[in-house]
Formats: sequence, C-alpha cells, structure tokens
Amino acid sequence: MSRKGLLMLAMLAVATSAFAAKDKNSIQVKGSDTMVNLGQAWAEKYMEKDSANFVAVTGGGSGTGLSSLISGTCDIAMSSRNIKEKEIALAKQKGVNPNEIKVALDGLAVVVNPNNPVSQLTVDQLAAIFTGKVTNWKEVGGKDGKIVLLSREVNSGTHVYFKEHVLRRNDPASREEFAASALMLPSSQAIADEVATNPAAIGYYGMGYISKKQKALNIAKDEKSVFEAPTIENVVNGKYPISRPLFLYTNGTPTGLVKQFVDFTLSKDGQEIVLKTDFVPISA
Amino acid sequence: MLVRKFKEFVIEKLILICGLASIFFVVLIFLFLLKEGLAVFKTVGPFKFLFGKSWYPISEPAQLGILPLILGSLLVTLGAAVISIPIGVGCAIYIAEIAPAKTKDILKAGIELLAAIPSVVLGFVGMITLVPLVKNIFHLPTGLTALSGSIMLAFMAMPTIVSIAEDALYSVPKNYKEGALALGATHWQTIWRVMLPASSSGILAAVMLGIGRVIGETMAVMMITGNAAVIPHSILVSVRTLTATIAAEMGEAVVGSEHYFALFAIGIVLFIISFAINVTADLFLHRRQQ
Repeated sequence: MSRKGLLMLAMLAVATSAFAAKDKNSIQVKGSDTMVNLGQAWAEKYMEKDSANFVAVTGGGSGTGLSSLISGTCDIAMSSRNIKEKEIALAKQKGVNPNEIKVALDGLAVVVNPNNPVSQLTVDQLAAIFTGKVTNWKEVGGKDGKIVLLSREVNSGTHVYFKEHVLRRNDPASREEFAASALMLPSSQAIADEVATNPAAIGYYGMGYISKKQKALNIAKDEKSVFEAPTIENVVNGKYPISRPLFLYTNGTPTGLVKQFVDFTLSKDGQEIVLKTDFVPISA
Repeated sequence: MLVRKFKEFVIEKLILICGLASIFFVVLIFLFLLKEGLAVFKTVGPFKFLFGKSWYPISEPAQLGILPLILGSLLVTLGAAVISIPIGVGCAIYIAEIAPAKTKDILKAGIELLAAIPSVVLGFVGMITLVPLVKNIFHLPTGLTALSGSIMLAFMAMPTIVSIAEDALYSVPKNYKEGALALGATHWQTIWRVMLPASSSGILAAVMLGIGRVIGETMAVMMITGNAAVIPHSILVSVRTLTATIAAEMGEAVVGSEHYFALFAIGIVLFIISFAINVTADLFLHRRQQ
C-alpha cells in the first residue's frame, strides 16, 4: 500500500471515531439471552415511533450484560436474575450505580422429548434429577434409561436462578450443585434442539422457547400440591412454582434516551409486547 | 547517493521494528497472562488447581479444579490425532509419490479448501450431522461426546498435517529414491523403507503442528462436546475442554474475581501446552535441516 493510502486510512479512522463519539442518539442494551427476543421486539417498536434514535440489543447472558454495564460498554443491562452483591461492590468501585427496574415475569419451563412418557414432576424430583441423585428415568415414572441433563452455561441467569430456586430450594446455606455430568449448552435454543431429538434428555429454559417439538412438564411445589402447567395465567396467579422476575439495570436513575426507552418498556404498549413474546406482564 | 543510503537505512530499521514487534507482543501477552493468572494461587494452591476434580467456579466458595478440563482437552486431542495422523500422512504420501499430476492438483486444492472452512461452520455442520450419527451408532444417551469433537477436529488438523508432511516428502533428495529403485525395490518398498524414514522428522513436525491446532481450537468443540466438566472414563462421554471453558465463561466472570483469575490461569496452562508442542515441532524441523 502506498503512503498516501495509509494516510487516507488513518484520516478515515480518526473521522469515523469522531463521528461515533458525537452520535449520542443510540443506546446499547445487552444481557440475558432469555430476554433477547423481548428486548429486540421492544427496540423495533420503539424505533418505529422514534426513528431518530437507535437502540441496539445483544445477548450473551445476564452476567455478560451486567459486567458490560459495570465496565461502561452498555447503557442498559437485561438480567434474568438479581444483581449479586459482589457485582454491586465492583460497580461502586468503578463509579457505576446499578439501578434495578422490574419489567416482566418469566415462567421457567422444564422440557423433555414428546416421546418421553413422563409428564409431571415435583420440585423435589427436579432437584434430585439435576443434582445427579436420580439418574434413571425409571425412578420418576419413565422408561428404563439414563437421564441426560441439559443445562445452560454459568454465564446464564437462567442457570443461576434454577440452581438457587430449584436445586437449593431458596436456601442460601445449601451447597447443592448441578451434577458434573450435566451438559452445558451455550444457548436456550441449543437445549431446545437437543431435547427435540433426544428422548432421554431433560432441560430448562424460559417459557418463550417452548414449541411443539418439546413437551413442557407440569410441576408441583411438593407432593401434596397440584401439578401446574407453565402458562401465563399460572405464573400471574402464582400457582406455577418456578417463575422469576426479569430486570433492566441502568447506571443511576435513567435519563435521556435510556429513560425514554425504559418508560416505553413499562408502558401499556411495552407490556403488550411482553405478552406477545410469551412472557408475563408485571401489571397484569 | 546519500539519499539512497538514507532510504536504505530507514527501510532496514522499519523492517527491524516489524520483526521485533511480534516478539514484543508475545512477551507482553505472556506477562499479562502471568500477572492476571497467578493471582488465582492466592485463593487456591497450584496443586489443588491443577489436580482438583471439580469445577464449580461461581459457587460460594468456588471450587476451581481443572483436572477434568485438562483431561477433556487431552482426550479430544488424542482422539483427533488417532484419526487425522494416519489419514493425513497417507494423503501426503499419495500426493507426493503416487498421484498423477492432475489428481495431485485437485487434491491439493481440496485440502486448501478444507483449511479454509471456518471452525464455527465445521462445528455447526457437526452438530447437525455428526452428533445424531454418533448417538445412533453407539446407542448413546447423547451424541454430544468427546468422539464427535475428535472427528470434527481431525478435519481441522488434516490440512496442516498433509501440507507439511508432503513438503517433507518432497525435500527428500531424488537420488535416495532413484537408488532404491535401481536396487530393485518396488515402489511401495521405496516409500516405506526409504522415503518415510528419510522424511520422518518433517512428518513428526507436521503431526505436532496439527496437534497444536487441535488443542487450541475452541468454537467447534464448544458446540459439539457437551461441555460437562467430568473426568472422562471413555471417549463416548461429554467432556469440557480448557478452551471452551474460557470462551464460555469469560463473559460472565466479574473482572478481578477469583473466577476471572482462574480463567487466566487456564490460559497459562494452555499457553504452556501449545508452547511445548510448537517447540517439539521446531526441534524436529531443525533436525531435518541439519
């Protein structure tokens, strides 16, 4: 390359970076894979109304979103779990003040292959299965065969939520862990695909990912309770035992475009999108 | 004249800087890895880190034992080596010694094409085609196993092995071959008794570089080995490799936490393994030249 070409390249680089710095009409939303579809639907609807501004939504996992917020590379973090104390401390160190906004609810579906005769489990049975105490489908009313555990990676809010609320039954002193033999898949879609083709598999993910290729189990809190299906009504009225809030985190009280976007997600239109993407509105 | 000399001088120095830059960056990267990675030993001893049997990095307290990850990486690599070495070396012999000129060109182009497939595409194809196949053939509960990873990685190691091994075969002096044939040896006897021994160090280097490629591969293994952090007892179970662990967890790890440091320490382990492999390959190549 000639020297002139190099010079032009350098000038171009300087020009684009200056341009990017001036362009304040865009925000970055990042985090929970569970919420990516929801976030994108929000962003599309929002940009229809307010075409001057740009909202970019990317996934990666709740932890990824929160650490981006802390390091200042995104404006809003989507999270399917509460921020950890360690993360708050670290954020404070970096001058970031995480502000939590609850925007929706989500039921966690436990899914198996449609050919699996098992159609209901108690939370205790789930805990026994995912910690590796129960390893054969025979022990929970299915055919004789090894259970293949599917879990999300540790950067997933869904992983953390499932561990704390199902495996550990909300007990902070509990030391239960996912069985080491559990397969760690990189996305909810990967779990959906594996369950669809594998009669021995069991996995979990947000209700939004349920399709005809998987069978969502009915879950009961304990042996005496009724088995409930993961439906929107059952999450709203609290009958379905594994549901969780979904959050947006911002740095301090939102202002400007961030505030406009957050307000939109909480508005009637925003909450309608929540319902359309198979999550549960908070105001319902 | 003076201008010309000056020009030469400037260009020489520029090239020198380019040459030194690569070393400079390697040293910087290694120092950074050391600085971030060694911090993990404040919370967990080196022995417990390398030989600990459970990897639960985000629990309280975290369990940071990477033995299952090391064994996972080694198992997948070993499997890939067993598959790719005979095929790769065989392919190199065919191209260098047997194939007619036209076939040779087609084969070489094909192998270059194989090298050009991005690993994420290979992983994706493997996930859709190979994983169900492995599951059905061996009647396994799941096809996301070390074997699936090994087969896929064998494809990635093959181009490296073939092209370097073929090179080594080419550089055997012609009179070796002519001498063998003149003494009445058959074509195969010549290849087996003369050509292969004469190029053995180059072929070993090819194998080492192929293995180096496999052990550092991330995306394809993350997609098809299942990533379960257990100590593998057979090649038909899921494994979690060192590379996949770093890739999957780096996004989550809170900067400055023990998990973060542990991932960097895994990076050091990987660096040392690849470095050892490359040095071995280099030694073989060097021996050939002498």
